[in-house]
Amino acid sequence: MKYYDKLVFELSQKGRVGYSLPVNRFPAAPELPNELKREVSPDLPEISEPDVVRHYTNLSQMNFGVDTGFYPLGSCTMKYNPKVNEEVAALPGFTGLHPLMHAGLTKGALKVYQEMDKALAAITGMAAFTFDPCAGAHGELTGLMVMRQYHMNRGDLARTKVIVPDSAHGTNPASAAVCGLEIVEVKSLENGRVDVEALKPLLDGTIAGMMMTNPNTLGLFETQIKEITELVHAAGGLMYYDGANMNPLMGVVRPGDMGFDIMHLNLHKTFSTPHGGGGPGSGPVGVAAHLVDCLPDLRVSGFHGNFGVILRAYAYILMLGKQNLKKVGQYSVLSANYIKECLKDAYKLPIEGVCKHEFVFDGLINDGAHDEVHGATTLDVAKRLLDFGFHAPTIYFPLLFHQALMIEPTETESKETIDAFIDVMHKIAAEAAEDPRILQDAPHGAPIKRPDETAAARNPILKFKDAR
Amino acid sequence: MAGFTYFPHTDADIRAMLDRIGAGKVEDLYADVPKEFLKKGPYALPDAMSEGEVREWLGALADMNPRMKVFVGAGAYDHYTPSVIPYITSRSEFLTAYTPYQCEISQGTLRYIFEYQSMVCELTGMDISNASLYDGPTAAAEAMKMAVACTKKKTRVLLSKGLLPHVIAVVETYAKFHGVEIGCVPMVDGQTSLDALKSELAKGDVAGAIVPEINRFGIVEDHAGFADALHEAKALLVEYCDPSTLAVIKSPAEWGADIAVGDGQSLGIPLCYGGPYVGFMGVKKDYMRKMPGRIVGQTTDKDGKRAFVLTLQAREQHIKREKATSNICSNESLMALWVTVYLSLMGPEGLKEVNRISCDGAHYLKDELLKTGQFEDPFPGKPFLKEFVLKPKKFPGLLQRDLEKAGFFAALETEEGYVSFCVTEKRTKAEIDELVKIVKEG
Repeated sequence: MKYYDKLVFELSQKGRVGYSLPVNRFPAAPELPNELKREVSPDLPEISEPDVVRHYTNLSQMNFGVDTGFYPLGSCTMKYNPKVNEEVAALPGFTGLHPLMHAGLTKGALKVYQEMDKALAAITGMAAFTFDPCAGAHGELTGLMVMRQYHMNRGDLARTKVIVPDSAHGTNPASAAVCGLEIVEVKSLENGRVDVEALKPLLDGTIAGMMMTNPNTLGLFETQIKEITELVHAAGGLMYYDGANMNPLMGVVRPGDMGFDIMHLNLHKTFSTPHGGGGPGSGPVGVAAHLVDCLPDLRVSGFHGNFGVILRAYAYILMLGKQNLKKVGQYSVLSANYIKECLKDAYKLPIEGVCKHEFVFDGLINDGAHDEVHGATTLDVAKRLLDFGFHAPTIYFPLLFHQALMIEPTETESKETIDAFIDVMHKIAAEAAEDPRILQDAPHGAPIKRPDETAAARNPILKFKDAR
Repeated sequence: MAGFTYFPHTDADIRAMLDRIGAGKVEDLYADVPKEFLKKGPYALPDAMSEGEVREWLGALADMNPRMKVFVGAGAYDHYTPSVIPYITSRSEFLTAYTPYQCEISQGTLRYIFEYQSMVCELTGMDISNASLYDGPTAAAEAMKMAVACTKKKTRVLLSKGLLPHVIAVVETYAKFHGVEIGCVPMVDGQTSLDALKSELAKGDVAGAIVPEINRFGIVEDHAGFADALHEAKALLVEYCDPSTLAVIKSPAEWGADIAVGDGQSLGIPLCYGGPYVGFMGVKKDYMRKMPGRIVGQTTDKDGKRAFVLTLQAREQHIKREKATSNICSNESLMALWVTVYLSLMGPEGLKEVNRISCDGAHYLKDELLKTGQFEDPFPGKPFLKEFVLKPKKFPGLLQRDLEKAGFFAALETEEGYVSFCVTEKRTKAEIDELVKIVKEG
């Protein structure tokens, strides 16, 4: 990757034009009254088309994507994004639809929603889905609204708390707080699973429900899930399934069968739609039959959710079909376990045993610390990986381990790619043992070295004009 | 069975990996799952399709939606998309990246977000922008929560009746569960009433008010005195705006707004049945640390090179967890790129020209429709740009049906029984003349 140091504003010259608009053939409308007119023209760049194209092409070349290389970012499911998805989502028959068109004008779009509803219900064991949420966290919030609505409808207003395991994704407690729910944390056991004994005393008439990720953020299947759902249900609560980790269960286990009442899916994780540098995503929410009535009142986004993303996911499901669904889950689990077994001689594996689609190391076994030299941290391992053409795993999450390094390979990586990653991880571990400074100074070959993040926060420069 | 195009695994690969793990077969990797939960029997899904079949099937579905000439806005506008934009946004370095957690190999994403933030600040006149929100209505909901968070202990937020119905609906949903009471500011003579705002403020406990720069009748509102009234009551002014129009009408900052929100869709994003779009938010500097979403900042790397990073992360859900006032994580980054490329191409002059053509076209259509004698103008003389409402003498459903038969999506009915029209620079004079002819003959 080559460093390129321009901002689009720096290419601007007054009088340049990058647009092509039709000739105005209408009589001039009356001028706006002066008090409604803008006083100062916005200082947007003026650039010709070729320079705009070159600028953004140059920017793109400082970026790493799934199409560039292996992206083992735990809990983000960075699988291959099929190109046919992009093609069908760009069809003018879809992109030209106004969101307020009635059903008679949108039959094809409505069919996509109906078919997706059926497919996701089949995959998850839920009764029905809403497609309005635009991302995973948005789905969580919507799902929790369903949970509260259910209790409200029954006049059970005392249920204002939600139980969240300490290993949960950060969005879980945040979504609950935004939804007006109080969070009660339940601890994990040494083996990384929810402590059922610690859960029991928490269950009373104030509990609206419990949020769980299964497999959890350590990539471990919650083996006592049956007891947990039974306990929560017996106490009058509902079970929420955070679908961020659905990938390993594709075609193998359905959240509905495990007793979950509400769930969301991340179409941009499990269903192969591109992450786009942080969205657009789509976070459809599924509910069990007894909650279907709670869905229609909840308007959480402007129109019908991110239709373009839903289309891509639909194309993916059609490609997979019932024949290939199971292999998504199986191969993602196979690859994760393989990497774990190959690397546990060099990285601390806090919990032994079979994992699902991802697993967590707690840093290096030998970080190279000696005398005055500090050992290499998980951050250093992550930065060194960039030098070898790999994206880093998720780091410092989950919070249960200080040096967490969370690896998720997905089912779309070949054994050769995975073996190359394993070799590099071993090489990095050897470097750390030899001289951790190699890692601490990394990356050496990226467009930039490590930035000064403290200065960025202390003296925020958040727009072009602040920088001048 | 033959292999599948997205899975690289050969039988030999699988065997070798299982051997290394010490498992007999792939199913053994699910030995920790209680047997009763392992799905028995096939999934109720269609058979796998080939790529050609997927293409054909979705092509057929797309063809079931008739291609219409769009004369409706109401929060989604059929503006022109320069060819450059989809070309750039489909570059896989942008498309297939995730949130720029590893900044050293994400400078492309970080730079365009910084450019996007700068452009949102330019258009709105606000000090600080975040990296994007889901859409306009959820951006308004975030502003509602922010107003409450910024004015501790206050629990009411006022919404103008001039906001689009879908904006009000989403804010109300969030408010209901967030414990915020919603008050309503009515319209008088086609515009949010300052007197009504003041009397709501006099009732006390108001954290802020959300008002539209251009309301659902298409009227450009005069917000003189709004900021003063709100600030006197220690409440925040939130302006909901259509960014495309901000090149010509007063910016939120010029009205004295504390927060500006809206939907970036009008900046060249296709209608696409409502999404993906992009919500934007600009705020005054004082509220920087209360702003939801990701923010990119400029700094330097170890060698002194200009570098960009995600910053002020202490505000965000993954740090604050249950103390967070927003849960946003993934946003609409690629759509922010879409908007950034759009504004780079259009510049201030292109944006003004878009407004000029749309505004002239809309006035022409309105004048011609009034000439048919089939409408009354409920708000004569009120300033508007690309959108307006009329009161039809005929039942709106009949009017819509006649227009629809001729391929026009137009005359959307409002709750008052008006019909609304919108003209963008994509609508030609010939189309408008044809529409008017149908109305005349209908």
